[in-house]
Amino acid sequence: MSKRVVIDPITRIEGHLRIEVEVDENNVINKAWSSSTLWRGIEVILKGRTPMDVGLIVQRICGVCTYSHYRCGTEAVENALGIQIPLNAKYLRSLMQTSLYMHDHIVHFYHLHGLDWVDVVSALSADPAKAAQVALKYADNPIAAGEGDLRAVQERVKGFVETGKLGPFANAYWGNGTYKFTPEQNLIALSHYLKALEVQRVAAEMLAIFGGKSPHPQSLVVGGVTSVRDMLSPARLQEWKQKHAIVTDFILRAYQADIVMAAEAFGTEPSVLGGVNVKNFLATNDFVLANGEFMFDQGVIMNGDLAGVSDINPDLIAEDVSHAWYTADAPQHPYDGTTIPNYTGFIERDTVYGKLPTLDGDGKYSWVKSPRYQGEPVEVGPLSCLLVSYARGNKVVVDAVNGLLARTGLPVEALFTTLGRTAARMLQTVIVAQEGLKTFDALLVNIQSDKTTFVKPNIDPNKEYVGHAMIEAPRGMLSHWIRIKNGVVENYQAVVPTTWNAGPVDANGKIGPYEASLIGLKLEDPTKPLEVIRIIHSFDPCMACSVHVMDFKGQALSEFRVSPNGQ
Amino acid sequence: MDTHAALYEQGKARLEALRQLAPRQQQSLVEKMQQHGISRRDFMKWSAMVTGMLALPLPFSNLVAEAAELADRVPLIWLHMAECTGCSESLVRADTPNLDSLIFDHISLEYHETLMAAAGWQAEENLEHALEAYKGRYLLAVEGAIPTANNGSFLTVGCKGHTGLEIIKHAAEGAAAIISVGTCAAFGGVQAAYPNPTGAKGVHEVVSKPVVNLGGCPPSEKNIVGTLMYFIMFGRLPALDMFNRPKWAYGARVHDNCERRGRFDAGEFVEEFGDHGAKEGYCLYKVGCKGPYTYNNCPTERFNHHTSWPVLAGHGCMGCSEPSFWDDMADFEKPLGRQLLHGLDATADTIGAVILGATVVGIGAHAVASIFAKPLEE
Repeated sequence: MSKRVVIDPITRIEGHLRIEVEVDENNVINKAWSSSTLWRGIEVILKGRTPMDVGLIVQRICGVCTYSHYRCGTEAVENALGIQIPLNAKYLRSLMQTSLYMHDHIVHFYHLHGLDWVDVVSALSADPAKAAQVALKYADNPIAAGEGDLRAVQERVKGFVETGKLGPFANAYWGNGTYKFTPEQNLIALSHYLKALEVQRVAAEMLAIFGGKSPHPQSLVVGGVTSVRDMLSPARLQEWKQKHAIVTDFILRAYQADIVMAAEAFGTEPSVLGGVNVKNFLATNDFVLANGEFMFDQGVIMNGDLAGVSDINPDLIAEDVSHAWYTADAPQHPYDGTTIPNYTGFIERDTVYGKLPTLDGDGKYSWVKSPRYQGEPVEVGPLSCLLVSYARGNKVVVDAVNGLLARTGLPVEALFTTLGRTAARMLQTVIVAQEGLKTFDALLVNIQSDKTTFVKPNIDPNKEYVGHAMIEAPRGMLSHWIRIKNGVVENYQAVVPTTWNAGPVDANGKIGPYEASLIGLKLEDPTKPLEVIRIIHSFDPCMACSVHVMDFKGQALSEFRVSPNGQ
Repeated sequence: MDTHAALYEQGKARLEALRQLAPRQQQSLVEKMQQHGISRRDFMKWSAMVTGMLALPLPFSNLVAEAAELADRVPLIWLHMAECTGCSESLVRADTPNLDSLIFDHISLEYHETLMAAAGWQAEENLEHALEAYKGRYLLAVEGAIPTANNGSFLTVGCKGHTGLEIIKHAAEGAAAIISVGTCAAFGGVQAAYPNPTGAKGVHEVVSKPVVNLGGCPPSEKNIVGTLMYFIMFGRLPALDMFNRPKWAYGARVHDNCERRGRFDAGEFVEEFGDHGAKEGYCLYKVGCKGPYTYNNCPTERFNHHTSWPVLAGHGCMGCSEPSFWDDMADFEKPLGRQLLHGLDATADTIGAVILGATVVGIGAHAVASIFAKPLEE
């Protein structure tokens, strides 16, 4: 007798995500549904506005991967207008992206994903002296993991727990059998959870140096970057480098060490050794190291065949809405799609929590569309990025991946798991932090002879423009697509990392990465589905990103007031 | 009547009442500070800094310190609606006090989807428990706009499939105070920009209680934390402007405290991003700065531990703490001069005239300022 489990809200993510699964009598998942329950309609709002404002508006799609949409939207307009931005602007944009990654991935691992791996209650019974010794196993010079540090953390959290008022830690899944760290390991990671709160602030300041603020920086314009004074100030440049050193230190001595520790502790835990069941991967080239040279490569891997990595063909991208809350006849290319909201609501049925409104898996059940590449679902994200670069023989990536595998003793297959996905994010952070200094050095050299940061864009109101941009955002490949007519936005579409990963089943019955990742997973207690939450978090969901995908070509705005209730 | 003296008395009474409530933590803040090597002196410095930020006279720093010590008596429930989580990200960057202190030592954070460990059914239980157990006492912070079209069906949260609209109305009932964090919760924000396809509204438009609006996309962490501290201290909302924004944060125009103000007065303008003027730090008015029409403390407080703010980074202010700024302040790279603002029709011609020339700009915008200042100070 199968049972339905409803998980809503999935917390510790950006936005609103509902996951439902069906488990059999052995509590093994045989079906899964992923749904976003918010629609904001940002592309509708873009219509008729000046392309110069696009970046600022689309940035508000997401405040976590803040900057990603800003940059992608700005570059889509530049691509449409045929603008080549100055080299300094490329470097500055890349350095801002470096800053963003260093912030975003740390926050994701510790504050969003961390409590899936770390049992806070278990840390209370740790021996701090022993834990300090344990920490030395995973790093030669661990941060915030000396005996005194650990004792202070333990006492602090103990005081908190003893009150019985757990605040943000209340009613979680402490004691679940799939938590595999020893009490000492939990204490180390908990100490890093707290330390990371400090460090991420420094990383945010890095982004603010060239961006004005974080989240939602404000220094990109179509044609370049505005923070020319910061770029030309030796004090500002030094400030960035100083903060970069502080954050990199944490990445190497805490983040990297904790992942190695997790690989050891969770290396035999079945619930994290699956979870990569769509074996198609997509990534684009990004992070400018020098003129025309990138840190990561672009490409497509189908069916896990690394040897067969091929170039991305943007024409092969299409979006299916047969199970999303929109109406369309067939899958559509981003330039030519239409979107008509068609909300059909929930269906009441029995669940492990009693009768609840649930997703209509046979019908429509999400505000996320289902992008497909050549008709196939694809995973995007740090794992895809590293796999593509690995398959391309990118030396830095190959060495980093092989190094981690050697250090942990795990086989290559371990990459294609939930654990591998989480480890790939850490490796990507290490690479971005270390290689990002090449960009910084290239900027220093270039500004000796070239102080240009901007070229003036021109829009001919009598011409039509079409363009797109692809960047590698922290959550994976992001693309924005624009049509400009009469000098204003005629049409806009964003195909977003979480859309690739979280989309519902398509018309051909092919399920996307989120849903596929859960099939076959055994739950210890279906009413407390920690294992599901851990796997979904390993993708780093960003729902506001995924749920704005919208196209209004040829439609009157009134059509967007389509209402199930006749309003 | 000395209003500060009255306010001080009110603060004292409020803190005394809080003191009567059972502490929710066993260790006092003072003990915790000792453990962390934070001296009483550091703490008093911090209190004085917050006092200054809240535009209160220095003697209030005693109250700030006391309020921080009693903060664990005040439960905070933070809800996410139609949003991008940028405001939570801003909170996470808070350094006055550090967020870890904020969670562990100051505020009792009962519900915050981005930070809490529990998920799904258990998360919903936490929310229901907090709404019931602390009824009439909790502080409600809302991030994001409320979609109202189609009976609110553009947003549902939780296993029970309640709409955002239902959740906010319910949570507002038992709230001691409501804070809209960011322009979306305050005024609808980006999803409420024309044509507002989801009928997105600010919280104050869907509940019948007073709401303090923290404009900004996102508001700086200081404006969020300062408002929380004010509530803990006085048990009520601070003095508000015509858009219900705290005057201590939104009382002055960006333009008035701008570091480039001297350039404006001298008629020195950036004509094009990256030009000579841009490198020299000239005024950004002609490339679209909306500082003359925007009320916020960005120039004095800046963002990210005072690291920067948009004007320092060479980009004009976009007016993000103002209602309807996505429509009213666009195009963001052009001077405002072709539309009305907040229905203050009398100013439109003046604004139109100011873009004619540098000298005229200086004089004209000053005139505009004086006209604007009046209704906002009432």
